[in-house]
Amino acid sequence: MINFFQPYAEYGGEWLPVLLDAMLKTTLLSISAFALAVVFGLLLWFCQASSAPSLRHFASLYVTVVRGVPLLAVLFLLYFGLPGIGVTFDAFTAAMLGLALCFAAQVAEVFRAGMMAIPKGQREAALAVGFTPGQCFAFIILPQVVRVVLSPMIVTFVSLLKDSSLASLITVDELVLTGRAMATEYFLPLQIYIAVGLCYFLVAWPFSLLSRRLAVR
Amino acid sequence: MTALLSVTGLRKSYGSVEVLKGIDFEVKAGEKIALIGPSGSGKSTCLRCMNFLEKPSAGDIRLDGERVGVRPGGRGDSERIMSDRQLAPQRAQMGMVFQLFHLWPHLSVLENVAIAARKVRRLSAVEARDLAMEMLAKVHMSHRASASPLELSGGQQQRVAIARALSQKPKLMLFDEPTSALDPELVHEVLKVIEELAAEGRTMLLVTHEIAFARDVADRVMFLDGGVIVEEGLARDVITTPREPRTQAFLKQIRH
Amino acid sequence: MNSLDPFLIILQGLLRGAGITAVVTFSALALGLALGFALSLFRQFSPSKLLHGLIDVYVEFFRNIPALSHLFILYFGLASLGFRLSSMGAAILGLGLIGAAVTCDIFRSGFKSLSPGQTEAALATGFTPLQTIFTILTPQAMRIALPSLGNFAVQLLKDTSVVSAIAAPEIMFYARSMVTSSFQTTLIYATAAGLYLVMSLPLMQAVRMLEIRYGRVK
Ligand SMILES: Nc1ncnc2c1ncn2[C@@H]1O[C@H](COP(=O)(O)OP(=O)(O)OP(=O)(O)O)[C@@H](O)[C@H]1O
Ligand SMILES: [Mg+2]
Repeated sequence: MINFFQPYAEYGGEWLPVLLDAMLKTTLLSISAFALAVVFGLLLWFCQASSAPSLRHFASLYVTVVRGVPLLAVLFLLYFGLPGIGVTFDAFTAAMLGLALCFAAQVAEVFRAGMMAIPKGQREAALAVGFTPGQCFAFIILPQVVRVVLSPMIVTFVSLLKDSSLASLITVDELVLTGRAMATEYFLPLQIYIAVGLCYFLVAWPFSLLSRRLAVR
Repeated sequence: MTALLSVTGLRKSYGSVEVLKGIDFEVKAGEKIALIGPSGSGKSTCLRCMNFLEKPSAGDIRLDGERVGVRPGGRGDSERIMSDRQLAPQRAQMGMVFQLFHLWPHLSVLENVAIAARKVRRLSAVEARDLAMEMLAKVHMSHRASASPLELSGGQQQRVAIARALSQKPKLMLFDEPTSALDPELVHEVLKVIEELAAEGRTMLLVTHEIAFARDVADRVMFLDGGVIVEEGLARDVITTPREPRTQAFLKQIRH
Repeated sequence: MNSLDPFLIILQGLLRGAGITAVVTFSALALGLALGFALSLFRQFSPSKLLHGLIDVYVEFFRNIPALSHLFILYFGLASLGFRLSSMGAAILGLGLIGAAVTCDIFRSGFKSLSPGQTEAALATGFTPLQTIFTILTPQAMRIALPSLGNFAVQLLKDTSVVSAIAAPEIMFYARSMVTSSFQTTLIYATAAGLYLVMSLPLMQAVRMLEIRYGRVK
């Protein structure tokens, strides 16, 4: 036991700033990817709800593909694969884009489910008092959807945060890659990977708790 | 003749609120007793104490002379409340019918009625099935034996629930407002079944808001209010000529 | 015909990993389901507050840390203590332990959605608590859990791609190793993505059928 904790005492001071820096990078990547995922997801949601069959078909095809293909394959395709046909991204952009493309489907699903949770009568009552469909959506439906959607959106964010670790495999120097570099440098993989795990936990857990607090019902 | 069920000094508190404040009564074999009283007076609590779905805070409940739910303490030991596991054989001797039926939706109607015979009384599959069909016939539900409970009306569900309780071959039937969750037009079919059971000479303890039914079918009526039995006596007497002002007020109000 | 050649060669190369992908998926699924179900039973029905706490810690620990992180701890970390797991072993164990945390939550929400009346009716009929749990509650909780469990299986299949990072020879592993000896990177990774898609589709279809059958989709 002494042996296990001793490196933390010895190198803690050196590791902490490096890990904090990497944590920042992970958080930055996750937040920007999530923001983009919400934009893509809302677009996808509008496609799903659209009256144009071609948009609906596109949306359903998109969701099927994204649900069936691993994020890692998407990341490799974007970062290592696309240069083969002349499209090049830097690693961070590729990671952000890949995460956003994959999580857009989840975001759309969260909004779709949130929409279904609003009783039909709400819309009918709003139309009955004379709102236009647009007003009805903006003033009556959307505020309720946002409330229902908050908790699952946070769950989605935590998933994305965890999956951002895959960016290490396309050379983004976030937490896991930083951990790998440290593990080779110090030759203490157990202590270092546990520290890396705890870093994720420290960011993710508060969000998990929050999502449970906000869960409707 | 000794009582089949005897209850003495039954008390029940939730936190600092005492819901039952000392209840005593007896049910003789073959007797039908109706328990009436205003909402929140503790009728369900009292009934659920009989098979220890609610653990009484104090008191003594005996079925056929055997203490229910409590193991006598050993030397110097105080008596101990039984675990659900230890209670199972005693509960099996009392059939209970709930206000909201509580049929098991993953089982067919027939299986709902047969499963206790199989798992609790350890009958063979064939025996359990035959018994279940017999009980379903009693409640006029044989024709829906293979249906799912979810396909049935409330009245039909409640009749199946009665058959399920009967399949236990219980010494005593406990009913907790069996018709108060039903649409008015479905009440009659369930009351009719209960009346037929009463005519068979079964022992029953029945919580109900159906005053006329209590008067016609029960032998005795107990009026519960404020956690105590305010009045009890022959059904006809209590319901047509109540002595206590609180009973009078309750009956007057319920008739409107 | 000739233009198809490189694709077929790539596909052939990747298919060598498909078997391992399937093995890791099924093994981790089995471990995750069995352990997760056991945990959910103890969490839901054991009276021990200590056990509840331990299970909660387990679930939070595995659900708030990335799979990759767990795999590195198991594969590289434990090796430094002298517990050397094979890459397959670490992959199955890691994904299985994470899966148990996920399915524990899925089963629990199944149990929690049952009305207390179901239990009361069973106890009143004379069932023991264990009989109540296994004959009355579990079948119902399972049905409610099935669509979520199906989604979990689809996710797990995709997550196995991560174990290439600890050199388990599954699809992504072969994709990466082929890239080093070939310049057709786009085609290789697109084919790998397509292969996963083809493997997931039947599972996804099964989930859809479960959802329709058990009434989530109207
Ligand atoms: N689990 C519980 N915890 C706290 N209070 C309870 C609990 N169960 C019942 N009570 C309270 O005990 C009182 C009696 O409840 P009970 O359900 O026995 O009444 P009741 O006579 O059956 O009424 P009703 O006619 O509405 O069914 C009520 O005031 C109720 O709020
Ligand atoms: Mg009641």
